[in-house]
Amino acid sequence: MTSLQTPVRETGTLGARYGTFMNRRASLMPTFAAIAILIILLIGAQLRFGNFLTPGNLSALLLDNAYLIVLAVGMTFVILTGGIDLSVGSVMAFTGILGASLLSQGIPVYIAIPAMLLGGALIGLLIGVLVQYFNVQPFIASLAGLFLARGLAFVVSLASIKVEDPAVLWLQRTRISFGGWYITPTVIIALVTVAVAVFVLHWTRFGRTVYAIGGGEQSAHLMGLNVARTKVAVYVISGVCGGLAGLLLTAYSGAGYPRNGIGTELDAIAAVVIGGTLLTGGTGYVLGSLVGVLVYGTIKKIISFMGAEQSWTQIIIGILLLLFIVVQRVIVARSIRRRT
Amino acid sequence: MEPAARPLLELTGATVRFGSENAIDDVDFRLFPGEVHSLMGENGAGKSTLIKAITGALPLATGVLRLDGEQMRFSSPHDAQRAGISTVYQEIDLLPNVSVAENILLGQEPRRGGAIDWRRMRARAREVLAELGLQIDPASLLGTHSLAVQQLVAIARAISTDVRVLVLDEPTSSLDLDEVAELFRVVRELKLQGVAILFVSHFLDQVYELCDRVTVLRDGRFVGEYLTKELLRIDLVQAMLGRSATALTAPTKATDAVEKGTPYLTARGVTAGSGIADADVDLFESDVLGVAGLLGSGRSELARAISGIDRRDSGVIRIAGRDGTPHSPRSAMSLGVVYSSENRRTEGIISHLSVLDNITLALQADRGAFRRIPAARRRELAASWVDALDIRPPDLDRPAGTLSGGNQQKVLLARLLALSPRVLLLDEPTRGIDVGAKVEIQNLVGEMAANGLSVVFISAELEEVLRVATRVAVLREGRVVSILSSDDLTVDSLMALVAQPDELDEPDVPDE
Repeated sequence: MTSLQTPVRETGTLGARYGTFMNRRASLMPTFAAIAILIILLIGAQLRFGNFLTPGNLSALLLDNAYLIVLAVGMTFVILTGGIDLSVGSVMAFTGILGASLLSQGIPVYIAIPAMLLGGALIGLLIGVLVQYFNVQPFIASLAGLFLARGLAFVVSLASIKVEDPAVLWLQRTRISFGGWYITPTVIIALVTVAVAVFVLHWTRFGRTVYAIGGGEQSAHLMGLNVARTKVAVYVISGVCGGLAGLLLTAYSGAGYPRNGIGTELDAIAAVVIGGTLLTGGTGYVLGSLVGVLVYGTIKKIISFMGAEQSWTQIIIGILLLLFIVVQRVIVARSIRRRT
Repeated sequence: MEPAARPLLELTGATVRFGSENAIDDVDFRLFPGEVHSLMGENGAGKSTLIKAITGALPLATGVLRLDGEQMRFSSPHDAQRAGISTVYQEIDLLPNVSVAENILLGQEPRRGGAIDWRRMRARAREVLAELGLQIDPASLLGTHSLAVQQLVAIARAISTDVRVLVLDEPTSSLDLDEVAELFRVVRELKLQGVAILFVSHFLDQVYELCDRVTVLRDGRFVGEYLTKELLRIDLVQAMLGRSATALTAPTKATDAVEKGTPYLTARGVTAGSGIADADVDLFESDVLGVAGLLGSGRSELARAISGIDRRDSGVIRIAGRDGTPHSPRSAMSLGVVYSSENRRTEGIISHLSVLDNITLALQADRGAFRRIPAARRRELAASWVDALDIRPPDLDRPAGTLSGGNQQKVLLARLLALSPRVLLLDEPTRGIDVGAKVEIQNLVGEMAANGLSVVFISAELEEVLRVATRVAVLREGRVVSILSSDDLTVDSLMALVAQPDELDEPDVPDE
């Protein structure tokens, strides 16, 4: 055996096991860091406030951020390919007001909801086509999508539209309780979205192609993977997630509002990055993005517990984001040094 | 292994055109199953074009490709892959962020009920790797492995489908000796399985160690096909470098047998990466130093190290009467040392800028962004150079990319000469240029030396080197073997020096 061989199983010493683990799962490290931060935040808040870690609070954490979880899932797909989608906040607002408007005109909910998803999908398709076939930078293409969606939202309505439809309201109002915990259909939808995304990304060729594009588009193409279709598809997925988030947000607030979601795409990006997905693409996990959203939500809650202004949330998220990017660089650099 | 009677891959009369030029012209090529075949030739000989024709990346203008007797026409690399021709490129085209198993099997993953069956994928990957005698953890990320291992995984991917022809493009360039040995073991393993292997490399030793047969190309034409055990190294080099057929008028050589005096630039112990090691060179004014050696011998690396283009790992460069040493292109320029790259297109001409801009570029760069050369002065300067070097067409506003190769080279020369340099290093200035323009440039070199410049002239054509240079530095495998007066050399003796030391006596003419 030459020095080139890497034995699959060595003597089972802790060091050898760690080495094999690192070789297989090095990309998990940033996500572990995110989980660590979340735990530290939760414990820290509990120590500080004493009544932070209650089942009610934690359930509310999921409920308040269900829409962001869905957005972060879609954003993860896009960022894994090395792209970015700035339009999701506006798409969420557009589909939200669109749905509210359709419902208020008496259109049944089983048409309104698919229409919302379709609206998101079409904007995503437009962005995807611009990126793949017209070689537009994802930043610019999705910026165009942002303006388009926001404009369309205002076209639908300049003012908010209340939603009275019982089906939509059911999504939010129903609470399934066990112990002090409760969960709503919106949270279930969000978590199912996460589960589906995990399956797609880790058990289908499409999902592996997403990672492959992030690892090297040329190489993925040479390997015979369908790069073009996949690249367009991730933007469509992000658009559909935007539409779904629109539904969740509309259910949550009871109304569609064209000025919703201004800047929300940045929250989604922050959550994804905190969760361990590298902006350069190819590395990251949807579960990490879920953790990232929880970190975001926890910080928001801590700020409100402290009675400080909500704008502190953004400052802290900004600092955290910077910290995470630095930590990511260190981890990546160390893993590169490990193998030489 | 005895080759079968019929070749597995056969190319007859192949021509590939780029625009109006034939990149390869009427080339024949045969590959038998179970043999390792090498494709050899200097830069620009047509090797990569031939490979791209075989692997379907380029279409054949004329000629027939037969695989196992059946005529085939590939319209894309995927077609060739499906027919059983796989390529492993020098730049490893794999995904560092996913596992080894995925890199081998993505595209043909084992599935179970619509989802990827990871266990079976890892098992299959382990099988494929075992076929090559490799034990690599299939679940590990590819990026955690060294380049050598990644290359072996690339080969594993290539053989995971039913491969009949495996093309290895410069596989050993970034490998150390152990890794090369491992690669050779794997290749011999594949030989036994009947795979035909096309091994493209410029390392003569490796070719002789591994390959059964060699095909030599020169200037896009087929020179010959030989058995390595019957081919002397010197004959191989002769086939690769060849002799120009036409007799050309003798250019004005720089004043020879002049009392040299102190060198203008001395370089001692120059080492840069793995390209050049421990080189000692003296450059004199009014002198042309020719640099001769095979591909990979370190000619460009030496010039680039001396002129500050590449970072030197060690070595001292002293310039007479000046403080400072060339450690970057800017500092070299300010010391009067300029370099003209062999990659005219990518490191020389800026195709979409005009001739005027191309010529005055370096001069303006030297002055900085705030001391603009007035437009009228720029035009006058450029016009005078176009005139002096006879650049055709003499249109200053034409995009430089529309000029012929020879005129582009002259534009580059004008750019460098506008800096009033003292040392001019020219890397393959006449490559890809027609005969008439070649002579013009050779004459220009003579004139420049007569005007006091010190010129370093690198070329793969030994005749040209002898014609132009007063002294010749012979490089082999990254070392300066000797520096001789060109009067003492003939094309044959120079070729012998360039080829292989063991076949001849050590050169007994000492360095000057």
